[in-house]
Amino acid sequence: MERLCRTLMTWFLYLATGVLLGVSAAASPEKTKKALKKALNTFVNILPPLTATLLLVSISVALLPEKVIASLIGEESGFFGQILASLIGSLTLLPGFVAFPMAKVLLEHGAGVAQMAVFVSTLMMVGVATAPLEASFFGWKVTLLRNGMAYFWSFGIGYAVWLAVRIWI
Amino acid sequence: MKVLLKKWRIAIAALLITGVLGAVFPEAGREALKLLGVNISTIIGILVPVFILLGLFDVWVPRERIAPHLGEASGIRGIVLAVLLGASSAGPLYVAFPVAEVMLRKGTSLRNIFIFLGSWSSMRLPMVLFEIQSVGPVFALSRFAASLAGILLMGVLLERLLGLEVRQEILERFEK
Repeated sequence: MERLCRTLMTWFLYLATGVLLGVSAAASPEKTKKALKKALNTFVNILPPLTATLLLVSISVALLPEKVIASLIGEESGFFGQILASLIGSLTLLPGFVAFPMAKVLLEHGAGVAQMAVFVSTLMMVGVATAPLEASFFGWKVTLLRNGMAYFWSFGIGYAVWLAVRIWI
Repeated sequence: MKVLLKKWRIAIAALLITGVLGAVFPEAGREALKLLGVNISTIIGILVPVFILLGLFDVWVPRERIAPHLGEASGIRGIVLAVLLGASSAGPLYVAFPVAEVMLRKGTSLRNIFIFLGSWSSMRLPMVLFEIQSVGPVFALSRFAASLAGILLMGVLLERLLGLEVRQEILERFEK
């Protein structure tokens, strides 16, 4: 289901690109050439950081498969559990289609609410493996600041969700 | 040679990290090698059309069309638009970086760029229904609200901290 959805989206992306490229070429070959040149230029520019990101994503996902993540963040609760969840969330990459059902199962097995919220938040907002790519666009200063702020804010989100669940459930 | 080395040093560092970790945990190393093939095809498969689309956007959409809606003077409306643009996205975060870079070049303010990146990463509307289904409405909606607050705060704070020089730096990066 998830794979089908993604394949369809990729096909749609290619279809849209093809159609727009055709329209653009018909309207102005000159501008289209410029656009393609820009695209190639960006690609060449990001090749080194992209290589770094591909390597880091691969090793982090290999070291932290779903089963390992589930066993690591399901057991330890409290503040230490939150720190652990935040570190794992920052280091790995999981699509929401995988992360949310996993969070559900872990919550049903007694994992802490705050810890799950911290995990999900860091997973989404903080990316160590994608940092080289981010820095190639915005520089390291911006990348470190954005990821750092998002990391600390994730604990605020953890607290807010914990509070909300305590009040309403 | 020196320039080339400098350009690739981050990739070399990543290769070293991956190599060492792969040697220490040989099973994960083998798995990483397998994943690398999959990741190369997925990520490059997405990035190639994205770059072409962004190239087209860059040459066809003039600055004047974007800057008033998302630029320095766009105010609350610009913030709302930045949140909605990010939240309605469907791609992974690494796609958001080149998109944000082009938006910045078209006159979007730094604050709105960070708000856009924030909502892209954590407030995806297509994902919210799925999240509610999995972990329940209280968890999902409170996470959503707390994320929104943080994103707005971070946007304002980052703009204050970074200012114009960083903006210039980012813009120059891809001019060459």
